[in-house]
Amino acid sequence: MRYWRKPLDIDQVKVPHGRVVIIADRCKGCAFCVEYCPKDVLVMSEDFNRKGYHPPEVVKDGECVNCNLCEMICPDFAIFCVDADDEEAAAAIAAQGDLDEEAEEVPIEN
Amino acid sequence: MKTDPAGVLTGVHYLDGDYACGEGAMAAGCRFVAGYPITPSTEVVERISQRFPMMGGTFIQMEDELASMAAVAGASWTGTKSMTVTSGPGFSLMMENIGLAAMMETPCVVVNVQRGGPSTGLPTMVGQADMMQARWGSHGDYELIAMSPQSPQEAFDLTIDAFNLSETYRVPVMFMMDECVGHMTEKVVIPEADKIDVVPRVLSKKKPGEYLPYAVNGRPVPEFVRAGDGYRFHTTGLTHDEKGYPVMSAECQHKNVYRLMNKIRFNAADIIRIEEEDVDGADVVVVAYGITARVTRAGIDMARAEGVKVGFLRLIVVWPFPEERIRELAKKVKAFVVPEINLGQMVLEVERCAAGKAPAILVPHAGGGVHNPEDICKAIVEAVR
Amino acid sequence: MSTTTTPTISEEHPIAPFLRMDRMPHIWCPTCGIGTIVKCFATALDESDVDLDKTAICSGIGCTGRVAGYMNLDAFHSTHGRAIPFATGLKLGRPELQVVVFSGDGDLSGIGGNHFIHAARRNMDILVILVNNFIYGMTGGQNAPTTPITARSSTMPFGNFERPFNLPHLAESCGATFVARWTCLHIRRLTKCMRMALRHKGFRFIEVIAPCSTLYARLNRLGSGLDLMRFYHDEAEIRHGADTREVDIGFQDRIICGNFVNEERPTFSDMMDAHYNEVLGDRYVPMAPEGGWLHD
Repeated sequence: MRYWRKPLDIDQVKVPHGRVVIIADRCKGCAFCVEYCPKDVLVMSEDFNRKGYHPPEVVKDGECVNCNLCEMICPDFAIFCVDADDEEAAAAIAAQGDLDEEAEEVPIEN
Repeated sequence: MKTDPAGVLTGVHYLDGDYACGEGAMAAGCRFVAGYPITPSTEVVERISQRFPMMGGTFIQMEDELASMAAVAGASWTGTKSMTVTSGPGFSLMMENIGLAAMMETPCVVVNVQRGGPSTGLPTMVGQADMMQARWGSHGDYELIAMSPQSPQEAFDLTIDAFNLSETYRVPVMFMMDECVGHMTEKVVIPEADKIDVVPRVLSKKKPGEYLPYAVNGRPVPEFVRAGDGYRFHTTGLTHDEKGYPVMSAECQHKNVYRLMNKIRFNAADIIRIEEEDVDGADVVVVAYGITARVTRAGIDMARAEGVKVGFLRLIVVWPFPEERIRELAKKVKAFVVPEINLGQMVLEVERCAAGKAPAILVPHAGGGVHNPEDICKAIVEAVR
Repeated sequence: MSTTTTPTISEEHPIAPFLRMDRMPHIWCPTCGIGTIVKCFATALDESDVDLDKTAICSGIGCTGRVAGYMNLDAFHSTHGRAIPFATGLKLGRPELQVVVFSGDGDLSGIGGNHFIHAARRNMDILVILVNNFIYGMTGGQNAPTTPITARSSTMPFGNFERPFNLPHLAESCGATFVARWTCLHIRRLTKCMRMALRHKGFRFIEVIAPCSTLYARLNRLGSGLDLMRFYHDEAEIRHGADTREVDIGFQDRIICGNFVNEERPTFSDMMDAHYNEVLGDRYVPMAPEGGWLHD
């Protein structure tokens, strides 16, 4: 998203920061999040998830503004944002990152 | 449990079969009826629509029979006893949702006041040609219960039993009246409310999270919960597992369908109800149901006057069919005579169960009237020869 | 500092309490819009403070018909086209329930058309969310009552020549008191609309245009669902309060979205109660909000 002019009170506005959390194995590679992220934070990665789709990945570190558009538009409930300034959430997610990344069996849906 | 007195019109009445059926439903605790007008069943819902607002019941005339049956299935999931009422053409329309009710194991009662068919047929005249449809009408394998009253008094009493059976076995019950019984006016005695026993909708005591919608654990039927009680259950017309989730596999289908069949088949002895007169030592047993049962008695009397030893077996619960009894009798009698107002439906069941040991002779009537007792007598007399 | 983490714990997603996570991932195709609409609905439930225990969802048959199976509410997957009368039974059997019908265009306006118009006529107090992807998706892409003229489908291989429904107009003319249309791209406006609808009483109808990548888009060479989303972005016009007679949809033509109708009128149950109170007075015993379940 680009401003055609800078807002006059831009030095007083506190821009929120977000942390994108991607549940890669649930993604079906639709690219809605990539397309509609207002800060162009995401691209489709070259990696494959367990089902063979390309999940998104964050390429612009620190630019997510926690607008939650990706969370709202994802049809597969595979991406969401948390407040990067929230110490508790950051700690919880960091803790999960330390867990064994062995993915659970994704049940075969009917 | 004793029924809610608000629904019981205690006293001695002069009612026709349709009205008596409506009174029976209200006495049984039915509090939701969705229907569509169709002759000759309309009087049932007319009666109900007059009295329901006084007892906390809701009657809605839906836009068609498909909607009526769907609404009945939906309302039943709130724990409310529900019923719909129709005749032949409407019965055909309801079949898909009767299958849904059977699959979801939804207790409900479907009243079919039979008339001459097929198609529009004879809207105001009697028939009994939906008996096989009651059992086999919807697609797929399932079992349900069907009953046939022979009088307005029975239309009252058996409607209460129909609700009780549907609650006990979580199955739609087909209440197969016919136009003659429906439009016949006779004395109907309605007892006091505390003399009427009803089977209430029993709810599971398990907590949400522990509860599985279709787990039986040795019982004939799974435990019920109401929509709105916080169980967050899922139920579907698709083949499903114990959680109510659809599972598309032959194994799941096997378990599911066998359970639907077996809950009736294994309990058939408790469900079957017949009335017998002088069957022991009889040479001929006449099998009849509904209005034909009453005409048959006249025919039997005539045959007895001619010296034939005739027994009478009346089907009260028509499905499940009393297979064991017929098999047993087939070894002892010379023949079965089956008068019915159709061109051979229940006679096929009698014949199947007799397995060649005794012939099953049909006394057909295409519909539009009842049999001539002389014809029944003639068939009985010839059967013995 | 990386801003991406990939936890494998499914409860992480904020909407997880509203979904049956043991059935994820769902069956909808990549770039199908139904999941987005479910997310909007779940968000609307979350933000509305409705009593989730007293909310029941009912779906018919089809791709959208699978929605009930994925939501963590009392969920009913009924027969094709009969979700609305099933919901009517639920509502009348236990009046305190908030009943939502979530089904597709073929299910609700095709086979279920009769039930749709009568429930709207009666102003039955149910919320109907109709996902319109202009086709019968689950069964392989057959023509639907909403398929635009010239669009191809498996049963109209040379292009559709039947006039399709203008669903908001149909709903309004039958008496619906809340009518809106959005596309699944309008995530925030759709969520707000659903929040409004959850508070409203009466027959509420929200049509949501969604991409069907595997059938509609493929049969009509429109690309993927993402291409259709881009199309909605370009061609959707928001006109609140528009005359519903003018909101029909042509093939790859402008889509008019907005909240069209929002009126307060007595519902079926309100009218029933008012009438019986007037006519029967003290003798009237309405069904209790907890329903007609008789027990000791």
